[in-house]
Amino acid sequence: MIFAVLVPLLIACFIPALSKLKEKIHTGIFVFFVPFIIFLYFVQFVGSDFSPILEQYSWIPSLGINFDFYLDGLSLLFVLLISGIGTLVVLYSIYYLDKSERLGHFYVYLLMFMSAMLGVVLSDNLFVLYTFWELTSISSFLLIGYWHFKERSRYGALKSMLITVLGGLSMLGGFILLYVVTGTTSIQQMINQVDVILSSNYLPLILGFILLGAFTKSAQFPFHIWLPDAMEAPTPVSAYLHSATMVKAGIFLVARFSPIFSSYEWFFIIVSVAGIITLCWGSYMSVRQTDLKAILAFSTISQLGMIMAMLGFGTTAAVFAAVFHILNHATFKGSLFMVAGIVDHETGTRDIRKLGGLATFMPITATLAIFATFSMAGVPLPFLNGFYSKELFFEASIHLEDPSFWSQAIPYLAVLGSIFTFVYSMYFFFGTFTGKKNLGQLPKKPHEAPFGMLVSPILLVLGVILIGLFPNMVNAPFLQHAAEAINSNAEFHKVKFWHGWNSPALWMSLIVVALGATLFLTRSKWQGVYRLLPGKVSFNKVYDAIVANVDTVSQAITKYYMTGSLKTYMSLILGTTLIVSFVFMFISDGFAINTNQLADISFIEIAVVMVMIAAAIGTIYMNHNVAAVLVLGVVGFGVAILFVIYRAPDIALTQLVIETVSVALFLLCFYHLPKLRKSTDSAKTKAMNAIISIGFGTLITLVAISAHSSRWFESISDYFVENSYKLGGGDNIVNVILVDMRGLDTLFEIAVLGIAALAIVGLIKNKNNKGAE
Amino acid sequence: MYKTNDLILRTTTSLIAFILLGFAVYLLLAGHNSPGGGFVGGLMTSGAILLMNMSYGFDVVKKVLPINFTKLIPIGLAIAVGTGVGSFLFDVPFLSQTFDYFHFPIFGEIELATAMIFDVGVYLTVVGVMMTIILTIANDKK
Repeated sequence: MIFAVLVPLLIACFIPALSKLKEKIHTGIFVFFVPFIIFLYFVQFVGSDFSPILEQYSWIPSLGINFDFYLDGLSLLFVLLISGIGTLVVLYSIYYLDKSERLGHFYVYLLMFMSAMLGVVLSDNLFVLYTFWELTSISSFLLIGYWHFKERSRYGALKSMLITVLGGLSMLGGFILLYVVTGTTSIQQMINQVDVILSSNYLPLILGFILLGAFTKSAQFPFHIWLPDAMEAPTPVSAYLHSATMVKAGIFLVARFSPIFSSYEWFFIIVSVAGIITLCWGSYMSVRQTDLKAILAFSTISQLGMIMAMLGFGTTAAVFAAVFHILNHATFKGSLFMVAGIVDHETGTRDIRKLGGLATFMPITATLAIFATFSMAGVPLPFLNGFYSKELFFEASIHLEDPSFWSQAIPYLAVLGSIFTFVYSMYFFFGTFTGKKNLGQLPKKPHEAPFGMLVSPILLVLGVILIGLFPNMVNAPFLQHAAEAINSNAEFHKVKFWHGWNSPALWMSLIVVALGATLFLTRSKWQGVYRLLPGKVSFNKVYDAIVANVDTVSQAITKYYMTGSLKTYMSLILGTTLIVSFVFMFISDGFAINTNQLADISFIEIAVVMVMIAAAIGTIYMNHNVAAVLVLGVVGFGVAILFVIYRAPDIALTQLVIETVSVALFLLCFYHLPKLRKSTDSAKTKAMNAIISIGFGTLITLVAISAHSSRWFESISDYFVENSYKLGGGDNIVNVILVDMRGLDTLFEIAVLGIAALAIVGLIKNKNNKGAE
Repeated sequence: MYKTNDLILRTTTSLIAFILLGFAVYLLLAGHNSPGGGFVGGLMTSGAILLMNMSYGFDVVKKVLPINFTKLIPIGLAIAVGTGVGSFLFDVPFLSQTFDYFHFPIFGEIELATAMIFDVGVYLTVVGVMMTIILTIANDKK
């Protein structure tokens, strides 16, 4: 199985070489065999006696992250969809994309996507699943932006990227929590630990995070906004990614995890409510669109909502219906996108207002479209698969497990959504293929598509009809296992066309057809309602506002504190240090004041310190540079006197000389500086500065006192006193420490001095006078 | 500009500078046993040179003391590092110092320590640094 997943990636490496030949042979022809072989490989697993297969390959065993591939009924359904529709899409793209396009890029992205998608549905390991999940986001981003010279493509690509990656990251959070709770990275082993997960405190978070990931990927309300914009991609991409495969990744995720969450009531509530809302909103909005692909995009949103709702119901019948509809939706939606692509390709426009009466020009396309749209609408005809799954959906919506007031409303909402589904399906078909022809408005003269382009939709529509005629053919060997993988109680479900007159689902279907037909025929009369309901409210605007405001707000925030003024930064640094240290010291009870071991204070110490304090305060109030430096010198010499008093002759000597030198240097520099400006700060800033500096002084004083009061062990100075002469051969302990015991410090200090001197030379001698101004 | 006649300054300088230099050398040599050392000694030496510069002018001192002070910095650093590296020759860790007593004809018994060489390195560096800084700033063309 690992080969099936990785082969597309491997082949993708050779595509650039192959695309050199594209003038002679269309690159797609090479690519075509990849999904086809994968499809053939997986078809062999289909059968009534199928049982799950697990294959394991080490990747990062120490973290429990391994390529574990698990093929059960659900994965099998998806891999067959991915490889099967992938084959058809590649075939279609050979005729759709001209050789002048950048085919190499297209097929590399497409194969990347295929690998990623196969990886998502086959992975048993959470983190491998996540890796492939993000790869689908990236490759989808690249495919949507394939025509990168178009503004709309770039916008759509960025939007889908932002939204799906938001969901992907949240999903990663959910996965990590799941891993923390269960201690395993394997999904199957998690399913065995359902009790542990359900009793965990993190359960709401896990569910929320994972569902956010699934909802963004599967374009559920209100994250559906990226899907219509993703229609800027080439049509094969829309058909493949945004109808059949990638948007079902979220569905897959919910299905995969429903054995874990299905007994948690919020799972039912969130998933089914989100699904139903998406169903109604998507189908409602779809009728309003004028672009063929936009109609299909909203239709996809609504169909995904329907599948999601059924997964949320979680009953055996609903799960079976969901699985059935995944298959059905992939067949008819894939073919409809291809039909839309053909119409676009052959007429030059996708605007439904310009199209009309194409049935005479494109009879085959029109025939295909009629089957696909009627199947999408759920018209009760015995050869359309859409009808069966829709009927199952209605039936499931009536028989919910816990009937509360809100779940009573679900069947009505389901019917409402389906009515609009009917309306837009009819709108799509009749608006394009019947009615008056206005050839004058079309950029091209319409004609039937080349045969090669028709093959794929024909095969898909054949699928629609075959499943419609013999629904139980795919049911027993195939869908049965998929339903079992989601809900282990699922049993063989026989799909029948006729349930008798007393079946409520049939009546619901008939109501849908009757009301839908009425609404479709009177469409022009109630179109005005769209001005009221979505009106000016739109989630796209919310998205645009968020994207625009994140930029401006963060810019404003940065501008607010990154003023460029060193004074502000200094205040921020000191103020933060002050607050953090004070709070932390108080919490940890760090301030200790112990007056036991203090030495006596002599008069001369008091006198020197008083002079220093006076000089320090005086420095602040000096109005002249030079005067301030001189007064500050008093503090320095005071320190030197203190060193003398505390019997540190070496330091006193050094301090004296250094103080003299630095005062002299200060004088030299300040002599050339402009006169001090009068402080122009407001009283408020001045008060703030005063508070910060006084607070900081207090803090340092308190820390110093506390440090002195809580001495934990004896100092090592006794050792130096004893060994200075014995080991160092000198009586001057300070000097012995400096040059002998800790000579390394001295070595680097003189290095620092040397660097400083050279830097001054560099600054003064190597002046670049041109740049100075 | 009129030229000032600093006879008294120059006369006292020639005396005091020698005293200062002598004191600086004393500080350097005595550092091991009494207050002083390479750092203070170096500062004092540069003080003496600075005094000469101030009273006789930069050009005169440059002729009397034709030393490129900036070169003293690497020389001093090299000596200091050299004492450290030298300890490898005796198979002891970096910067190990030792000392012993020797008998000299005139001075009698005298203690010689390898730490003194290190201190000389410090001394030369400090002189170089101080003089470089002061001369660079002072000679900066306006």
